[in-house]
Amino acid sequence: MNNLLSIITFLPLVAAAILALFLRGDDPAAQRNAKWLALAATVATFLISLGVLFGFDPSDTGFQMVEEGSWLMGLTYKMGVDGISVLFVMLTTFLMPITIAACWNVTTRVKEYMIAFLVLETLMLGVFMALDLVLFYVFFEAGLIPMFLIIGIWGGKDRIYAAFKFFLYTFLGSVLMLVAMVYMYTEAGTTDIPTLMNHAFGSETFRLLGIQIMGGAQTLLFLAFFASFAVKMPMWPFHTWLPDAHVQAPTAGSVVLAAILLKLGGYGFLRFSLPMFPVGAHELTTFILWISVIAIVYTSFVALVQKDMKKLIAYSSVAHMGYVTAGIFAANQQGVDGAIFQMLSHGFISGALFLCVGVIYDRMHTREIDAYGGLVNRMPAYALVFMFFTMANVGLPGTSGFVGEFLTLVGMFQANTWVALVATTGVILSAAYALWLYRRVVMGELIKESLKAITDMTAREKWIFAPLIAMTLLLGVYPSLVLDIIGPSVENLLNQYHAALPAADAAMDVATASQ
Amino acid sequence: MILNDIQTILPEMLLAIYAMLALIGVVYTGKDKLTGPLTWVTAAIMALFALWIGTGGESATAFNGMFVSDAFARFAKVAILIAAAAILVAGAEPMARRGLDRFEYPILITLATVGMMIMVSAGDLMSLYMGLELQSLALYVVAAMNRDSLKSTEAGMKYFVLGALSSGLLLYGASLVYGYAGTTVFSGIIAAATDGELALGLLIGLVFVMAGLAFKISAVPFHMWTPDVYEGSPTPVTAFFATAPKLAAMGLFARVLFDAFGTAVSDWQQVITILAVLSMFLGAIAAIGQTNIKRLMAYSSIAHMGFALLGLAAGTEYGVQAMLVYMSIYLTMNVGAFAFIMSMERGGKPVTEIAALNQFAKSEPLKALAMLVLLFSLAGVPPMVGFFGKLYVLNAAVQSGLTWLAVAGVVASVIGAFYYLRIVYYMYFGSSEETVETPMSPGAWVMLMGSAAIMVLGIINLFGIEGAAAAAAQALVN
Repeated sequence: MNNLLSIITFLPLVAAAILALFLRGDDPAAQRNAKWLALAATVATFLISLGVLFGFDPSDTGFQMVEEGSWLMGLTYKMGVDGISVLFVMLTTFLMPITIAACWNVTTRVKEYMIAFLVLETLMLGVFMALDLVLFYVFFEAGLIPMFLIIGIWGGKDRIYAAFKFFLYTFLGSVLMLVAMVYMYTEAGTTDIPTLMNHAFGSETFRLLGIQIMGGAQTLLFLAFFASFAVKMPMWPFHTWLPDAHVQAPTAGSVVLAAILLKLGGYGFLRFSLPMFPVGAHELTTFILWISVIAIVYTSFVALVQKDMKKLIAYSSVAHMGYVTAGIFAANQQGVDGAIFQMLSHGFISGALFLCVGVIYDRMHTREIDAYGGLVNRMPAYALVFMFFTMANVGLPGTSGFVGEFLTLVGMFQANTWVALVATTGVILSAAYALWLYRRVVMGELIKESLKAITDMTAREKWIFAPLIAMTLLLGVYPSLVLDIIGPSVENLLNQYHAALPAADAAMDVATASQ
Repeated sequence: MILNDIQTILPEMLLAIYAMLALIGVVYTGKDKLTGPLTWVTAAIMALFALWIGTGGESATAFNGMFVSDAFARFAKVAILIAAAAILVAGAEPMARRGLDRFEYPILITLATVGMMIMVSAGDLMSLYMGLELQSLALYVVAAMNRDSLKSTEAGMKYFVLGALSSGLLLYGASLVYGYAGTTVFSGIIAAATDGELALGLLIGLVFVMAGLAFKISAVPFHMWTPDVYEGSPTPVTAFFATAPKLAAMGLFARVLFDAFGTAVSDWQQVITILAVLSMFLGAIAAIGQTNIKRLMAYSSIAHMGFALLGLAAGTEYGVQAMLVYMSIYLTMNVGAFAFIMSMERGGKPVTEIAALNQFAKSEPLKALAMLVLLFSLAGVPPMVGFFGKLYVLNAAVQSGLTWLAVAGVVASVIGAFYYLRIVYYMYFGSSEETVETPMSPGAWVMLMGSAAIMVLGIINLFGIEGAAAAAAQALVN
């Protein structure tokens, strides 16, 4: 099976094609068939992807299961996984069946809805596996189309505005990356990612339009990639599209957006920014660390005053992504390990939180916090699940949220004590907004007339949450499961990163001496 | 000697003879009643000629260098013939439905095609002008095809007056070039221009020639006629304007720049750069406010010409290859998009309002999906093939050190993405239930679906046009 990765990537696309070509009609039977086919395809993808996980050798820091073929324009079709990407692949294949199951109640244009999600899964998997710059870009950017349609067709009241903002915002970020990629192609003569990781791009300081550019071409390339990944991540102050997109997107769309699409930014930093432009990254480290902690503190405060549940969780996501970027750019083992761990854990927790909102939204058709209160009286099972994920979001020890936050904070502390100090206040703030949300929605007396008849979770809903709870607990008590896989690759990445820095520093010294 | 010359120019001669015989034959027999069969026969003949030219491989020059038949000319001719045939097939039924099935239409299109074939083969300022005028005069007439419509006649008039002005500019430039180079043959001009330092008269002549050609490809600031002519002409005619003539003019542009002024790249590069930047941005920004889909497509084509010029601005062989790939993709997308636009109607009347597409995806999911693919492809969003066209020209620009131009290009493409998304928005997210009808002949349906399928499946290897484009670029630049 030497094309296992391609099989996983394109299996959902094949299912989408079957749906598009062979399923006719929009009656309930056809809708049911579409849902079952989509579910079967995503489950099959997950089961096959287990083969990747078990066949993966953590001690090998290179790319494994590599497939390569020639493609147009002298590019290559090259896929592969390493310790950094393999778990993101697993996260995606694990969450997609849950996402499909979560939209079981959708009744409008079900077939198209399923097609959109299946196509999206193919594209997200492709991003994590692509080992060619342009192939990566194609997958990365193409994901905008199904997401644009998901928000625009099945979204809430202001879906049009949100869909356009989402598309154009992320598109603008990405096209700058495209120019940088073309420049890299011209400079290095290849679009092969492993080769580019070992290519030293120019880092001599030069002047452009009268501005001194420290780190030279690397800094500019870094900034171009940063434009794309920071928007995708999203980092403060480029996050404003996210709350709109989240609020308007349907539940399943929010889950995919928060749990997987946001991770593309963090993955991009690890795959491109650190290994390919170490000098550029080094020049901007302090700046990025500080905007990361601003993200943590500022968006936590913003989350505190939200009236809409989804918006609150969206801002909480931005805050949690702040830990990720700070961890990555702390550039030490704990920081990067923690960042990856935090991304995986956030995938489960934020996905589950959006599903929690979805559960009561399906019943009451409102996301206003004020419309709820005292749900524990009628929905005990829901109260338990929601509490579990609220605690995980806060970072309670024993849940995966704790491990990620703790490791990134340790990493930050080593890199910059002040940054770590400010970031730690975010832990307190997250407890404030999350617990307060929980108290207002679930606790207290059930006095609102409209809620008197609300029903508890159905068996389907319980089964959706079960695997998420299991994963959150498992990673919380036994983090080595993840860290053993990512550890060697991260170590290798950091060794190369730090090795590139003194060499570049020496080159810079020579340059200044000769002036 | 003369026999060799005739053999080289044989396709053009035969096509011209066919047009005239068809004209005589139809006038003396059934006139408009024969339009339908005539259209199909013409399209079939064009397809056959495309096959003939595409498979023939001999490069030759005729009439002392006035006419060049090389890989570049063959590539452009095949694309022109296929585009013209496709538009004839797609447009036959909509023309008939609007009562515009005049027998002159296929014949004029054939004559315009002959003109375009001469344009891309021009090796001399004289044959350049002959080809250009043959094309333009035929097109002025088809623009005013709908004689009873005020807008159509206005379009024809505007096109004619401004076209004549641009031809004047071009002729003035050509006379200056002739005066200073002492010859009208491109190979002679390039010998006069080899000094590196271009003579002032030659330079001014070059600028005038470029202005005339920029008018034909509707590059900003010579684009004013485009939206009005696109809007006023019958839609199948608009579809023709947006496809084959654009490639022909672009091919002619490349010919003049590389065959006649290939040694003075730095002199014309800056002009092309400015034309490209202005076209990309004006096309992207001005299209935002449009409510008429034909005007929107006019601005869209202006923006696309800006991108194609990006490839020329690179001034390299790779740049020409990029331009050819870009133009081929552009032609394919526009054939599909216009096959759809021509069919838009409500109660038997043609509709061109974008808002009329409200909720179109509900009534016609398959056609809406095809349009969705084409629109994202026009916007240059991967994985559609339109993206690879953009990637090609950006690559060419960056390789020539024009990184800033590439940055400007991608920013313009983001602005441009908005108006393509707006059409998607109407088709998929709109609210009103009253939507357009799009009755399509099988021919138009095949064009729409085929071009959408090409935009998706082309991601595998672009259907192998890269090799042909590379050979064409090599023939032109070296």
